[in-house]
Amino acid sequence: MSTRKEPGTGFSRRGFLQGSGVTGSALGLLEQDAQAQSLAGGKAVGPAEVPVTLNVNGKDMKLSVEPRETLLDVLRTRADLTGAKRVCDRGTCGACTMIVSGRVAYACSILAIDAVGKKIETIESLTAGSKPHPVVPAFVNHDAQQCGYCTPGFVMAAKGFLDKNPNPTYEQVKAGLGGNLCRCGTYVGVRQAVLEAAKSIKA
Amino acid sequence: MAEYTWPAMEKRRVVGKRISRLDGPAKSSGKAKYPSDLNPSNILYGAILTSPHPHAKVKFIDTSAAESMKGVTSVRVVAPAGTEIQWAGAELAFVAADKETIARDAIRAIKVDYEVLPHLVREEDLAKAGARAKAAGEQVSGDPEKAFTESAATVEGFYGIPVITHCCLEPHGQTIQWQGDKIEYWPSTQNVSGVGGDLARGLQIPVANVSVHMDYMGGGFGSKFPSDIWGRESAQMSKASGGRPVKLFLDRATELTIAGVRPSAYANVKVSASADGTITGWQSESWATGGIGGGGMAPIPYVFTGIPNKRMNHTAVSLNAGGARAWRAPNHPQASFITCSALEDLAAKLKMDPTDLFLKNLAYTSRADVYRSQIAKAMEMIDWKKNWHPRGEGPLDGRMRRGLGMGIATWGGAGHASECRVNIHPDGGVEIELGSQDIGTGTRTAIAMVVAEMLGLDHTMVKVKIGENSFPPSGASGGSTTIGGVSSSSLKAATDALQKLMEVASASLGTSADQLEATDSTIRVKGDPSKSLSWKQACQKLGTRTISETGKNDPKNPGGLNTQGVGGIQMADCSVDMDTGVVRVNKVVAVQDCGLVVNPKTAESQVYGAMIMSVCAALIEERVMDEMTGRVMNADMEFYKLAGIADIGEMQVHMDITPEHDKRGVIGLGEPCAIGGVASLANAVANAIGVRVPTVPLTPDKVLKALYGDKLGMVRA
Repeated sequence: MSTRKEPGTGFSRRGFLQGSGVTGSALGLLEQDAQAQSLAGGKAVGPAEVPVTLNVNGKDMKLSVEPRETLLDVLRTRADLTGAKRVCDRGTCGACTMIVSGRVAYACSILAIDAVGKKIETIESLTAGSKPHPVVPAFVNHDAQQCGYCTPGFVMAAKGFLDKNPNPTYEQVKAGLGGNLCRCGTYVGVRQAVLEAAKSIKA
Repeated sequence: MAEYTWPAMEKRRVVGKRISRLDGPAKSSGKAKYPSDLNPSNILYGAILTSPHPHAKVKFIDTSAAESMKGVTSVRVVAPAGTEIQWAGAELAFVAADKETIARDAIRAIKVDYEVLPHLVREEDLAKAGARAKAAGEQVSGDPEKAFTESAATVEGFYGIPVITHCCLEPHGQTIQWQGDKIEYWPSTQNVSGVGGDLARGLQIPVANVSVHMDYMGGGFGSKFPSDIWGRESAQMSKASGGRPVKLFLDRATELTIAGVRPSAYANVKVSASADGTITGWQSESWATGGIGGGGMAPIPYVFTGIPNKRMNHTAVSLNAGGARAWRAPNHPQASFITCSALEDLAAKLKMDPTDLFLKNLAYTSRADVYRSQIAKAMEMIDWKKNWHPRGEGPLDGRMRRGLGMGIATWGGAGHASECRVNIHPDGGVEIELGSQDIGTGTRTAIAMVVAEMLGLDHTMVKVKIGENSFPPSGASGGSTTIGGVSSSSLKAATDALQKLMEVASASLGTSADQLEATDSTIRVKGDPSKSLSWKQACQKLGTRTISETGKNDPKNPGGLNTQGVGGIQMADCSVDMDTGVVRVNKVVAVQDCGLVVNPKTAESQVYGAMIMSVCAALIEERVMDEMTGRVMNADMEFYKLAGIADIGEMQVHMDITPEHDKRGVIGLGEPCAIGGVASLANAVANAIGVRVPTVPLTPDKVLKALYGDKLGMVRA
């Protein structure tokens, strides 16, 4: 029902992922990535685990992953970065949202080996500094959460949205956050939280 | 014996204030650890083999290949040869392995042969249910035939609301470790104090050997009370794997297939009225399914139970589909939808404004005054007088035709049994311990607010500890019973603990305990604020002794602290694209009574959430069963539709917060606000397009069929 378009970016994130079929290469990760190219080297890797280095929240992380494992599963189970959640596990609900190479992305739909060489930002990065990113307190102030399971994904989607749309209108917020789903029904608070966060980022 | 009462409304400093939830920063930053987030060392991952057939007998099951796979530590068959499977998704075998990928590979390596049996998975057409339909008997009062004959207007209609699932974002499951004779259990549950006992019974071990831990859970909505077979089998696999912890959460398809549904409700209704709109008769033949056991019976006529001449028949249909679990306001949203739809159709036939028809018949309800004022308030919020037009005569804006509708709700909401322990330490620290849970409603914050209020402290100065079954037991969070229970037990424990502190402090202040009051983080002499001790100073007088007092809420004797029985009205404003059948929500408003409101901020969030759930159920959400394969066709979140942030229109909530409501005490809120929304949206669409779309969700194909019949060729069976 919603258009799920990100204003300012000119394309719909969900539509782009769906239309591409192969999410990793759709995000332009593999072809730009020297290590991934050397990993794949034009030939198949796996099915056994392969060593990779992932750049997560500014730090390199050495991990051993099966080629079929998603970025989400690897970070949740082997790096204990559990803020991103596994909910639909197929690029629909946004609970696993991370920012990869500056773009909002569904980590359940990116293979870990395709994320090599990319700058991966998770929800944990928003509170790594002395002050949390303004999106975090804005979600608290507007009670944009109930059970909270979708919330980290929403917060990351909001952060990515505001990075590209620092002065959003109310209508743009409704369209721009259309790639995330909540079951408890926190959207009324989310709309207000994103608008407040935009203001406090500028302040 | 201390007296337990809520402080006067105007004197409260914490309760009734709009306070942000205490665990908000943890949730919004991703730091909150849910049971599915746990990564204990040496962890194993579980997976389940489920039946692809809706009805079959297992002929043989061979797990040898799975058992010999490297990394597999345990394989358990739960449906051995001879087992009759009654729904697709039923559990056959469990596997634990070093990695989830291995566990899933092992599941695929299990060989099963089935004798496939005939199945029934759809119930909209009762005539096709055959022997699977069981009549529940007829209820008659008065003389409905006479009423229909003598009435000025009679309408007959068919109304239906399909099965929907809970679709909890955190799937059902747990992390669990069975080591020696002790089980450490981290379930995603609505039932912290009870789920350990449920697990222990299933495993035939002492309840005391199970320790339940749960700080956060990702949604339950009524589906997360028991330990379930996946809890018991994961425990067994942990034991069989040398006591290593096992994490098993359902994958999304399984979650949507077997982890709980809301029963459907279909009904042929006949309702009559005299020329002035007074309802004279009601007749309904209803049917529903809640899975193989039948189940699900919407109480109709809803709210207007005093209608004089009635005949009701209900039939339960047994389907080969995943079973029902409690779903936020069990059977009420369905009953509200059917009843309010029929009454709206009756009003349309009488060319009456439906609010007039509802108002005219409030004597048939048990809280006429509440509804009367709520209808007036909701009408004001949605500007009904200006925006409502007779059916089909609303303004046309381009292709969009606009309409308004209303829905009604009632619920109990009395507090459950709850015990709370308040500890006041000599250093001034305050701990509150309850075996309760915060399922997203803000329970943790509400408890802190109640205790802070009673102790004269700021809510940030008390520490709430919930989520452990070693704490004093508190009821499961179901039926809107939590806030009444935990607020009353917390108030009592805090009152008693404060009394003990005052007894100690009174000596230093040269007076008796009954002359003291606690306010602004001080203990002071009533009427003489100069004679006071700071909270810390007062607590230091305890020496080395900690005060520990337990308060109890007895549901049979809540002592005026909590009560039950509320009404609610929701109204919707929709526009329908007359060419495409797409329904757009313009605005939904809710007026909700819930007694004393502990935290209006989180209370409103619950109401907004319920209104959004209603938009989902009214417009897009349903479980779709495939007649041929007998499986859920939309067991994923792409096709099991939930509304997004742009789909819900504007929303406005009005809580009835008045001295008159407040003096009733605390009443639960979760269910009542989740009832009237579907009816209001369905009625708004009928009002807009001029005809009734018989069943929700109001998808474009059904809207077009209602408008134009079969001419468009886009007709659903």
